[in-house]
Amino acid sequence: MKEIILCKYGEIALKGLNKNNFESILLKNVKRRLRNSGSFKYSRAQSTLYVQPLTDDIDMDEVVDKLSKVFGIAKLCRALTVEKNMDSILHDSMDYLAEALEGASSFKVNAKRADKKFPLKSPEICRELGHEILERFPHLTVDVHNPDVTVTVEIREEHAFINALKLDGAGGIPVGSSGRGMLLLSGGIDSPVAGYMVAKRGVQIQAIHFEAPPYTSERAKMKVEKLAEEIAAYCGDINFYCVPFTEIQEVLRDNCPEELFTIVMRRLMMEIAQRFCEKEDIQCLVTGESIGQVASQTMYAMVCTDAACRIPVFRPCIGMDKSEIVAVSRKIGTFDTSIEPYEDCCTVFTPKHPKTRPVLSEVEAAQVAYDYEPLIKKAVDNTTVKLIRNKV
Amino acid sequence: MIYFDNAATTKPCDEAVKAVMNGLDRYGNPSSLQGMGVEAEKLINAARNAIAKSIGAADEEIYFTSCATESSNTAIFGIAKTLGKRKKRIVTTSVEHPSVAVCCDELEKHGFEVVRVAPDGEGRINADDIISAVDDNTCLVSCMLVNNETGRILPIEQAFSAIKRRFPQAVTHCDCVQGYLKIPLKVKKLSADIISLSGHKIHAPKGIGAMYIKKGVRVPPFMRGGGQEKGFRSGTECVPLICGFGAAVERYSDTIAERFEKAHSLRKYLFEKCDEHGIHVNSDMECSPYINSIALEGYKSEVLLHFLEQRGIYVSSGSACSKGKKSSVIKEFGIAEKYQDSTLRISFSEENTLEQIDSLIESLIEAREKLCSTR
Repeated sequence: MKEIILCKYGEIALKGLNKNNFESILLKNVKRRLRNSGSFKYSRAQSTLYVQPLTDDIDMDEVVDKLSKVFGIAKLCRALTVEKNMDSILHDSMDYLAEALEGASSFKVNAKRADKKFPLKSPEICRELGHEILERFPHLTVDVHNPDVTVTVEIREEHAFINALKLDGAGGIPVGSSGRGMLLLSGGIDSPVAGYMVAKRGVQIQAIHFEAPPYTSERAKMKVEKLAEEIAAYCGDINFYCVPFTEIQEVLRDNCPEELFTIVMRRLMMEIAQRFCEKEDIQCLVTGESIGQVASQTMYAMVCTDAACRIPVFRPCIGMDKSEIVAVSRKIGTFDTSIEPYEDCCTVFTPKHPKTRPVLSEVEAAQVAYDYEPLIKKAVDNTTVKLIRNKV
Repeated sequence: MIYFDNAATTKPCDEAVKAVMNGLDRYGNPSSLQGMGVEAEKLINAARNAIAKSIGAADEEIYFTSCATESSNTAIFGIAKTLGKRKKRIVTTSVEHPSVAVCCDELEKHGFEVVRVAPDGEGRINADDIISAVDDNTCLVSCMLVNNETGRILPIEQAFSAIKRRFPQAVTHCDCVQGYLKIPLKVKKLSADIISLSGHKIHAPKGIGAMYIKKGVRVPPFMRGGGQEKGFRSGTECVPLICGFGAAVERYSDTIAERFEKAHSLRKYLFEKCDEHGIHVNSDMECSPYINSIALEGYKSEVLLHFLEQRGIYVSSGSACSKGKKSSVIKEFGIAEKYQDSTLRISFSEENTLEQIDSLIESLIEAREKLCSTR
């Protein structure tokens, strides 16, 4: 039995003259994601990417799982490859279809005859296959409007493909088709979700993390690296920047009014992050903030933070409730790591009563009261970069 | 490097390392009939004998397991299975190690009545409280000998002997992990039917534990299969680790009193220094001198721990088993709330010195100067 996977494009199909661009990025991403899964033949036709395994020992469940995390694919179909004659179509496919049809109560058959030299026309193929299915699975009825299962037959140049089950792909557009972003990755629940969401829109992300030993531990850093590795399953390989931030926090604590501590700290984090962006040609910052979730995420606080930024800050979780963010993090598999109980970046320093409505001029005054430039430079110079590859 | 985390695990001693290597070299399967098998079996028997002797038991009362957690799980679930059909009460304490506490929680979900005796206002568990919690309907009493977070020694001998006199049918189990080879321990004197032991807390390797089960007490096997350990614990015996365990026991079983004396003087010094510099001491002189709980008010345990680690001093916050989690045991002992989050566990071995305590205290003073405290 030979299976093939059909990856149906999402909105790439709607693109105009640069559709080819998106398609080749998608193909590159798929190839990279399957690099350790075996050898495949790839072909493209009619907004579909065909992934055909070249050997029999390939674990197709694993391949489908990997492909379901590649952005740009809206639907995934596993299909059976059969010879291009009615006899094979009718008889070789029944066992394969059984899995989907046995649990269903109604079905319809859909035929696509791309090869117009095939002797039967599409409605005739439907009729014959439908008849055969009814004979074999007498409990089924035909329902062409709301079927439980749609069996699709595609007659292509070399083979015919038959499939019954469609799985949802990751959606979005291929990573790498929309520029580069720097994700501020804290170790909480929100930031990995934010990274996932911009990657879905084609942004290739890098991640930056601020560590403050001894206030934060080696294990806290390991946890953040693990999060980066987990989102790499969707986002592709990630450069992980780890900034030593202890000194800045200690100086802040001594020199900044307590209620403005978090805001000024965030401005300094943004400053450091965008220095790497400028150096590495990264066009935006990405954070997991959601309006009003905590004191530093009020509208007023964000205005003050953004005033320190020379490039846009994207916040894909901005309108989401915590429960919605948690739902996404569970879906992409980062939740369990996010809730590991290690001291994070700044719980020790958090002011008792942070200002929820900071005024920009006051914040700026608090920041210029001390010359942070040498510390920022030192932090940037001592930052370590590590390539995090998606597992497997 | 200064290692003050000996309650988490200890450095394997040279004798243990050598014995492990020897056990790896003699790789026969003790269950094999041929000569190599016999040789391996002899090694196991020697180790079993060393452990039996050290606690005043007979060889055939000692069974090897993979760790003390397995020993305690086997004991608790085993007794619940045999005696728990008719007797549904289990008496334990509120300060047990998770390897006992979680088993009791699990049995509680399955209809057992679990009585958890709590410390009094001074942080002591009273023998009378344990004794009076036991009744005719009690199948198991499980209490630890030395608490792993504060070093508190529980009055097991007093409690168990009274219980055995009044309710001989109730099985007594004692988690002796933090007391074994550190304070005097004889099973008969303790009136324990079952005890759990661990290798890696006494300078043997990780991955090996043991159980004492008094002759005549029936505990069903937890692992079934090839019938090793007289059918009690199936699975090929881990000869190298068993050898390591035996070697460590041989090395340390005769020096309990001397080492206790040394730990005691280390502790005394630590407490004096703490007093001198305003560092709070959660433990007291009645606790095991090997485990000392102190607190630097206003500074988080985890931050202090990493600060010390940067200076090559390794300690623990609460117990190592709970990693970042807050310790409920510290709370149970009635330690004031302001100290709970700032608690450090300083646990000694015979290799620690007074100078190392000086370094620890110096670093804690430095921490107080340099670190930002909690607001």
